[in-house]
Amino acid sequence: MSAISLKDLDISYGKAKVVEGVSFDVAEGESFALVGESGSGKSTVLKAIAGLAPDWTGEMAVLGRSRGHRPDRGFARRCQMVFQDPYGSLHPRKTVDTVLSEPLQVHGLGNRDARVEEMLRAVGLDRRFRFRYPHQLSGGQRQRVAIARALMLEPKVMLLDEPTSALDVSVQAEILNLLKRLRAEQGLTYLMVTHNLPVVGFMCDRMAVMNRGRVVEIAPATALHDGSFADPYSRALYAASGGTAHD
Amino acid sequence: MSAPLLSVEDLRVSFPTPAGRVEVVKGLSFDLGRERLGIVGESGSGKSMTGRAILRLVRAPGQVTAKKMEFEGTEIQSLSERRMRDLRGARISMIMQDPKFSLNPVMTVGRQIAEALQAHERLSRSATRARVLEMLDAVRINDPALVAKMYPHEISGGMGQRVMIAMMLIPRPSLLIADEPTSALDVSVQAQVLDLIDELVRDHGMGLILISHDLNLVLRYCDRIMVMNAGRVVESCAAADLHRAQHPYTRGLLAAVPRMHETRDILPVLDRSDWSGT
Amino acid sequence: MQILRRDWYLDDAPASRLQANAGRLYRAGGLLLRNPLAVIGGAIILLLVLTAALAPWIAPYSAVGQDLSARLLPPSAQHWMGTDELGRDILSRVIHGARITLMIVALVAVISAPLGLIIGAVSGYFGGWIDKVLMGIMDVFLSMPKLILALAFVAALGPGIENAIIAIAITAWPAYARIARAETLTFCQADFIGATRLLGASHGRIILRHVLPLCTSSMIVRVTLDMAGIILTAAGLGFLGLGAQPPLPEWGAMISRGRVFILDQWWVATMPGFAIILVSLGFCFLGDGLRDVLDPKQGGKS
Repeated sequence: MSAISLKDLDISYGKAKVVEGVSFDVAEGESFALVGESGSGKSTVLKAIAGLAPDWTGEMAVLGRSRGHRPDRGFARRCQMVFQDPYGSLHPRKTVDTVLSEPLQVHGLGNRDARVEEMLRAVGLDRRFRFRYPHQLSGGQRQRVAIARALMLEPKVMLLDEPTSALDVSVQAEILNLLKRLRAEQGLTYLMVTHNLPVVGFMCDRMAVMNRGRVVEIAPATALHDGSFADPYSRALYAASGGTAHD
Repeated sequence: MSAPLLSVEDLRVSFPTPAGRVEVVKGLSFDLGRERLGIVGESGSGKSMTGRAILRLVRAPGQVTAKKMEFEGTEIQSLSERRMRDLRGARISMIMQDPKFSLNPVMTVGRQIAEALQAHERLSRSATRARVLEMLDAVRINDPALVAKMYPHEISGGMGQRVMIAMMLIPRPSLLIADEPTSALDVSVQAQVLDLIDELVRDHGMGLILISHDLNLVLRYCDRIMVMNAGRVVESCAAADLHRAQHPYTRGLLAAVPRMHETRDILPVLDRSDWSGT
Repeated sequence: MQILRRDWYLDDAPASRLQANAGRLYRAGGLLLRNPLAVIGGAIILLLVLTAALAPWIAPYSAVGQDLSARLLPPSAQHWMGTDELGRDILSRVIHGARITLMIVALVAVISAPLGLIIGAVSGYFGGWIDKVLMGIMDVFLSMPKLILALAFVAALGPGIENAIIAIAITAWPAYARIARAETLTFCQADFIGATRLLGASHGRIILRHVLPLCTSSMIVRVTLDMAGIILTAAGLGFLGLGAQPPLPEWGAMISRGRVFILDQWWVATMPGFAIILVSLGFCFLGDGLRDVLDPKQGGKS
């Protein structure tokens, strides 16, 4: 059973069609990248899977179950998302503790104190961060909290929307390491959106290259080693990102 | 050897905070000739403040002090604000990160560039217009006359940055400070804009200070590099020598960036206990 | 005791919810106290509240007891603010009038602010036709002059202080709804709302626990600043005889009665007028101070 299955996905914002004919499968336990520049529609695909971009047609299934157009509680326990901007993804007036307890409260799960502490440890945050507000945390720390929040419901699939592009280089390395470790520990499936090809090389097994709302190519991550892309756009993107193709 | 274009000694920039005065630039010194200098650092390193301090754009309550800050032989710190205004744009220019925020949204592109010119040179309307179109052409915009009539929201990010470059270079300054000029742009456009800056800087014999968080970018487009951390310069060397860098912060930064041909399982992480990092 | 030590509040790593919240309040309070005008405003309001609470004990005379032999006496040692046309001590009436003023202001705020807040937040959050319908209703109320609308309601419901309060509250809520809606719109596209929806939270939960807390700062500031206007509107209604009925010592009604004597016995109308000015100023200063502390752009969120 594939973790995510998309077929002929068309997504529109109002009258404009921003994504057209997207089809790909992500296997369970795989780490799959959606690569493209701004306006390519990659983040929109993620939002549609999450239910935040409801105007879509086509077939969409997550972990074998057909996906509706809006967020729903059952889906929340199977699939969660980490957003790009660490400054916008946390409520400015809620402590870390409140943010992390909320998923448990919404789903009526108990043992909150213990689970919050455990999750803080898992994402590498000390106990002293537990009752801080977002403005008292650095960008990297906020992103860790966002990752912790996503993992509170123990989902099997994680949607990552450029999780490190707003962070400093050194912090990015820490967060990427964390994500990689969590995936290995919990057997998660990642669908990661990024514009940064080297990150794909570090984190992912396969990638789909998107341009102007369409998938132009699906390639293995090893294509980054020698630049063996078939599509001319993918090749241009590879070259612009500093890749040297060995032909 | 001729006198350096810009000479800075012991530059300090500080801001008041509830916990007392904090220095964000702690004693920076360098000389710049007609060459390309890259200043690299993460957020909070003080690199952007350095650029602003040179142009004396740091407003109270921020404080800028330096033992020496000389541009083309003149000490900048003691200049009156009026004379500094003459200098800005005409002799030293600055390109900023996001054209969405650095271009005036209610003026057409052509008018903004013309304004940049008219602030420093008195020319007739037709002569100004001719220079504007010439500059738009020099930044490789395809249809200068058409673009000159557009508003900033009608043009793409890459084009906006080119307009910014046109605006900043039209008065023919001697020194260009580019503060993260391509961070807000797509990867494919980044190279084009930087190539353009590089070419114009070389053609006009200008000095360039390129401020960025991207080490690889600075490596490609600069002759010399200064790595900043927490307000201090931790490394200063020629671009070609960066791979032989000594300071642990620089080595850590170089190692922490994922590579295209990535084979490592874990990215090496900076151990900040070696120095007082942010 | 820990709770009395300053650094317990300022601790950067609070160990409990209580400590974190207390720390936030402490910092905000400290900021407020550093603003001299806000302190003055706060002191005036405190004075108003105390006067209203202790009125029966601090008023030297009865507020309604008439003494026709002491009519229209100027301010003196026995009657600090003089007497009115029925021989009643004006100071005592002003003091008792503080109760009425406070009651009007508090009730209007309690009725109109939460109403406006919820309507505005719902309108901004859902958008679409819900937004259009609610905005339309808001626009209808906003397009009528406040005093005229209040007049119309009071005229329909009959004069009296309760009806005056209802009338003013009805005219006040649209402005708060507008503010709440505008605030909601600034962040309803933000990622943290999306993230909470993704957790499977219901719309009700999101509005109640995520949207409303972010609107309350501007609401508090706006309500405080509006208090002055509410007092004046109530005074205006009282002046027209449509608010508090005699012999209630409502300040506006007192000014109205004193109009006739204004040239020769100026104190009958002016003393309650001073009281209105003082209290309005107090609310304005306090509101400005609160805005400086609570406005996110000024970094007051800590």
